[in-house]
Amino acid sequence: MPRSRTRLAAVLAALVLPLAGCGGGEPSGGTSASPGELKVFAAASLTAAFGRLAERYTAANGGTRVTFNFAGSQALATQIRQGAPADVFASADAANLDKVRDLAATPQNFASNLLQIVVEKGNPKGVTGLRDLARDDLKVVLAAEEVPAGKYASQVLDRAGVRVRPVSREDNVKAVVTKVALGEADAGIAYVTDVTAGGDRIEGVGIPAGQNVVATYPIATVKASGSQDRAQAFVDLVRSAEGQAILKSFGFLPPPSS
Amino acid sequence: MTAAARRGRRPAASPGGRAPVLFLVPAAVAVGFLAVPLAGLLGRTPWGSIGAELASPRVLEALRLSLVCSLGAVAVSVVLGVPLAFLLARVDFPGRNLVRALTTLPMVLPPVVGGVALLLAFGRRGLAGQWLDRAFGITLPFTTAGAILAEAFVAMPFLVITTEAGLRAMDRRFEDAAATLGAGRWTTLRRVTVPLIAPSLGAGIALCWARALGEFGATITFAGNLPGVTQTMPLAVYLALETDLEAAIALSLVLLAISAAVLVALRDRWFPTA
Repeated sequence: MPRSRTRLAAVLAALVLPLAGCGGGEPSGGTSASPGELKVFAAASLTAAFGRLAERYTAANGGTRVTFNFAGSQALATQIRQGAPADVFASADAANLDKVRDLAATPQNFASNLLQIVVEKGNPKGVTGLRDLARDDLKVVLAAEEVPAGKYASQVLDRAGVRVRPVSREDNVKAVVTKVALGEADAGIAYVTDVTAGGDRIEGVGIPAGQNVVATYPIATVKASGSQDRAQAFVDLVRSAEGQAILKSFGFLPPPSS
Repeated sequence: MTAAARRGRRPAASPGGRAPVLFLVPAAVAVGFLAVPLAGLLGRTPWGSIGAELASPRVLEALRLSLVCSLGAVAVSVVLGVPLAFLLARVDFPGRNLVRALTTLPMVLPPVVGGVALLLAFGRRGLAGQWLDRAFGITLPFTTAGAILAEAFVAMPFLVITTEAGLRAMDRRFEDAAATLGAGRWTTLRRVTVPLIAPSLGAGIALCWARALGEFGATITFAGNLPGVTQTMPLAVYLALETDLEAAIALSLVLLAISAAVLVALRDRWFPTA
């Protein structure tokens, strides 16, 4: 008896566990925002800044809680396309907001960001610029081509005419910074804001303006949201002087003037 | 008279007896809950273009790498796990329960946590990893060997547990008989014990392999994601999902077919036709 029970448990575990691992980026289900709650899907690079913004939002909106789903913008766009309950979507590029254009209100740009090389604190490998990333003795990680940061990184490297053979293409930009902070990778390309927020185990090496790419962040309310007013209030806060000051404090630049 | 017959049969309480009505509804919901996602996958499958999807270099590369890594993980698990199962089943050493608990831990640990733990142990700055790096210049993260390690970490317990159960259940008198007939320990092991537990061993290997094939969390965390090097099928499915749904579905279907094949191959062990 105990024998077959062990085996049954093993069968169940074998079938279920692989799936559990795939749930990483999913929102925690449920219906669209219940009263007093706002679901914001935001690019991973916005994690720290939006966390601060949410505190202000909750204080200014009668305790309305903000629940975030931070992930690569491409993952968020797919989730929204498949009907995930988002009220607001903030993407790290226009392309991924375009993927859900029929499901969202007109997007408005609210911030921009530049890329930077991430290296370990003290820059032990002496990385001085993009050209160094082609060195054979460096383990370089980039975000995957599907991720905005990965796409921007490829553009930057193309502009500089540098061919890099990365050891990994990470699933989101925060994972790039983590791999460098852990010492597994020697260098990576991330946003300036990720380097600012990445703690004291890493530092940034600048990329000259002529080679850099300006990442523009658009935000939009999601049409299917049951709380349009709350969603709009969040977008308004992000674009207000107060919201812009918070974003600036995390290293974001104002959106390109249109 | 049918009523009488039914009443007569009732005390037998055979497995074929009537189900309590109360259970029918939740049971039906459970079946639906498990079956509907499969239907969703099959319903969205682009049957017309699936051949082309499966033949694309991206899919073939992930498939090849998945086979290499999962079979590598099985090899590691057999070499290390079967002896461990023997010790757990046969030798009453102090701390045996602790060792068994440790062995089964990866089965219940979230795979991502396993990946983080592997990084902190075998990463370039890890507990054992920094020594490996310094002494041999070996770094495991971002390598195929790292992906194999991640899969073995998660899958080996399935082999150990199943093999240990087989060893405990076998009739040891056959070994004693072999010994009295003059067989040495090694001969007994090879000619008596291993053939007797072969079904358990086979089931353990199949489970271990299926689990390794499906590994996602530990692999992407520890080994990273690079096509042809560490991007196994589950990773390819996850990333394809974000850009190319058709390719993701095609890959998912392959994994589904393999899982189903494992179940069919082992059906006599878990679903004996009573």
